[in-house]
Amino acid sequence: MNRSRTGLAAAILLAIPVLAAGPIVIQNATILTITKGTFKGSVLMRDGKIVEVGEKILVPADAKVIDASGQYLMPGIIDCHSHAAADSINESSVSVSSMVAIEDVLNPEDIAIYRAVAGGVTTANILHGSANSIGGKCSVIKMRWGKSAGEMIFKDAKPGIKFALGENPKRRGNIAAPNGAVPLRYPATRMGVEDVIREAFTEAQRYHSQWKAYAAQVAKGESPLPPRRDLKLEPLMEVLEGKRLVHAHCYRADEILMLLRVAEEFHFRIKTLQHVLEGYKVAKEIQQHGAGASTFSDWWAYKVEAFDATPYNAAIMVRKGVLVSINSDSDELMRHLNTEAAKTQKYGGLTDDEALSLITINPAKQLDIDKKVGSIEAGKDADLALFDKHPLSNFAKVQKVFIDGEIYFDRDADLAARPEREATKKTLLERQKQQRKQSPARKPL
Amino acid sequence: MKKAICSLVLSVSGVMAIRAEVPSAMAITNARVVTVSGPILPRANIVMRNGLIEAVGENAPIPADAWVIEGEGLTVYPGLINGLSTLGITDSSAIGGGGGRRTGGGAGGGAATTNTGAPARGPEDRPSTTSWLRAADLVRPSDKRLETARSAGFTTSITFPTRGIFAGQGAVVNLAGNKPGQMLITSPAGQYVSLAFSGFSGYPGSLLGVFAYIRQIYIDADHYRLAKEMYARNPSGVSRPEYDRALEGVMESPRVLLPASRTVDIDRMIHFAAELKISPVLYGVPRGYTAAARIAKAGVPVLVSLKWPERRRDADPEAPETLETLQLRDEAPSTPKALAAAKVKFGFYSDGIEKPADIAKAVKRAIDAGLSDDDAIRAFTLSTAEIFGVADRLGSIEKGKIANLVVTKGNLFETNTKIQYVVIDGVKFQPVPEAAPAPTEETN
Repeated sequence: MNRSRTGLAAAILLAIPVLAAGPIVIQNATILTITKGTFKGSVLMRDGKIVEVGEKILVPADAKVIDASGQYLMPGIIDCHSHAAADSINESSVSVSSMVAIEDVLNPEDIAIYRAVAGGVTTANILHGSANSIGGKCSVIKMRWGKSAGEMIFKDAKPGIKFALGENPKRRGNIAAPNGAVPLRYPATRMGVEDVIREAFTEAQRYHSQWKAYAAQVAKGESPLPPRRDLKLEPLMEVLEGKRLVHAHCYRADEILMLLRVAEEFHFRIKTLQHVLEGYKVAKEIQQHGAGASTFSDWWAYKVEAFDATPYNAAIMVRKGVLVSINSDSDELMRHLNTEAAKTQKYGGLTDDEALSLITINPAKQLDIDKKVGSIEAGKDADLALFDKHPLSNFAKVQKVFIDGEIYFDRDADLAARPEREATKKTLLERQKQQRKQSPARKPL
Repeated sequence: MKKAICSLVLSVSGVMAIRAEVPSAMAITNARVVTVSGPILPRANIVMRNGLIEAVGENAPIPADAWVIEGEGLTVYPGLINGLSTLGITDSSAIGGGGGRRTGGGAGGGAATTNTGAPARGPEDRPSTTSWLRAADLVRPSDKRLETARSAGFTTSITFPTRGIFAGQGAVVNLAGNKPGQMLITSPAGQYVSLAFSGFSGYPGSLLGVFAYIRQIYIDADHYRLAKEMYARNPSGVSRPEYDRALEGVMESPRVLLPASRTVDIDRMIHFAAELKISPVLYGVPRGYTAAARIAKAGVPVLVSLKWPERRRDADPEAPETLETLQLRDEAPSTPKALAAAKVKFGFYSDGIEKPADIAKAVKRAIDAGLSDDDAIRAFTLSTAEIFGVADRLGSIEKGKIANLVVTKGNLFETNTKIQYVVIDGVKFQPVPEAAPAPTEETN
């Protein structure tokens, strides 16, 4: 990542205020509702929600009206796999790092958030890295740039956890540091990865029964010492109870089948398979298990397990009835997920709605937040992206982005604010240069 | 040349360390007295006996047995308190991250190894934890840095071990004494926490892991307390809880020092402390000016580092800098003013700055940015004493308090003001004469 570029953009963007959320009407736009068809019409937002969607709606007297003639309105884009907005991604010292939580290290000052908003993204699943067979807890956030970490959290989103199969989690079992400072870490093979997951859930079952036994004793009126709370096992217990969603990083068909079988053996479901480049080979099994698939459009061959891939992967899985999304896994790809979705039209001929579903309603379902976001429907959160051209066009540019009915990105305002930011910067640079001259550097040794 | 300077300094400090006969009573007369707790007395006497302030006032009578120092034209302040330092600790193994200078963010001092040296595999190995270490046991009056600190007006330090995640218990210590035990005012003063992680060699290997580890420690401490209580009530037929010094150390800390550099760190730590039900003191806080209202609302005290963010001396002159960085540099010294305006309780700490002139310069920047003289002196004295629960003994010039004073000609923190002497426990110390400006060494 280019630090200096990052910072410069941060400088430019920070000053743009988020407008207060009075009622807003967007008029004369082509509305891509995703779930209820596409038509020319208007959308009324109030108190953070979409209140009305239709070809003709009454404009309340106190509403701010935005004329979007010739423009396209779609639901805010949802990225099911991102590592933006976090100060720390991988706790790679242990094979099971379920005790760690992205929520602890969310960084609302990460400029990637604003850039994602500028690409139409309004919600993202921030995942732990893939260094461990069982990784840390994820956070679903709304891209509320300018708010605190706590205020970015997507309220009532079901909690999630990251799993990882294949090369990444087994790498630390194979490559030691040259000076021996970093010890090898189990597992070193795909078999070992399976074993780690199986062991962890066996341990979690034991932990679960300890608490059940304790509850039984308390129910009998006894007051025994409670079991020690274990932050590593608690989230695994929640997985077993169906209270926490599993998002599993995977590539190969064999490891995908392995994971589905292990999960079924322990009576839980894998919510999504992430990356899942060989998903097209086992789409039927994925569909039968009920797992979603969140994949890339056309990115592969960056390591051995990512060789047997095809850009038709998403389309094939869609046709086989799998719930599919396209994710970014990258601050850069995150800025043009609409283009990523469009590639499924070239590779596999998905319809407009099918293609756009991959970055809206489908990831919403994969994150269990589809009752609130993912389509333009009355009652849902007012998370919207306004494009100047059809979002599946290469030439489409985001004009405005709303989250909870508040404007978080406005292309015109952004451009207009730049000269002043530059001027402020120049003043400060000059002043600090003068200050340094007044207190000269100490003599070099 | 370097050697020559060293030996010169040594011989000077050798002389200073030898105390002449110490009077049991001493009086400073006719001085301007900044009491901090009350109004400024334009012309007053201060009488000290047995290391305590016996009387302060315009007409406070001078006992017949007191040694009298003429204070005409001088100003007397309470001794300055360095809110967080390693002063007095000579054992470098207890000091992390370059003398405890790191103020949060990513790396700090201390490898995440267990006490056997093997990489930690989880929280059970208590990595980077020496919560049981006590600054009270580690301080030595022979620490050469004490003299420099006294020359800057410091009479007291809240001294902490600083290596690792749970580094150990701080102590409030006076910066002079014949024996280590004489320095101590109170202990434990709080637990020093940093966010040190090991990178690859063991748990925790990331900031994520550090947070999870700290959380597990407090969960374990609760469980341990409960187990011990239950065992104490009825040990018969119950297996005894395993003694855990890491948890003992955490449990006996009256407060916890948490690092906070960026605005997000401030919010994060306030939130984290509330979750863990601990009494936090935030340290570092160069971006306090962005979050003063939130800190005030949370009622969290703050120790502000005097090391204001600066451009690195060896920075690439061509490398572009962000507006954010430039603004931070420009506005960080306005943090104390913002905290004072929001009524946040805050103190200062030297954060590795040693030279008295540099400390004065750093404070001057905060004053130039709008901090009042009154708020500045209060931050250095009574506020810090309040934060650490020793305001009944330290931090102001009042009858009954410990006789720690700074005596100056002119207003403290003005560039050309000279500190005449400091008094610690009723004993007078001259500042070390400023070293010749000749070839100084890079101290960083």
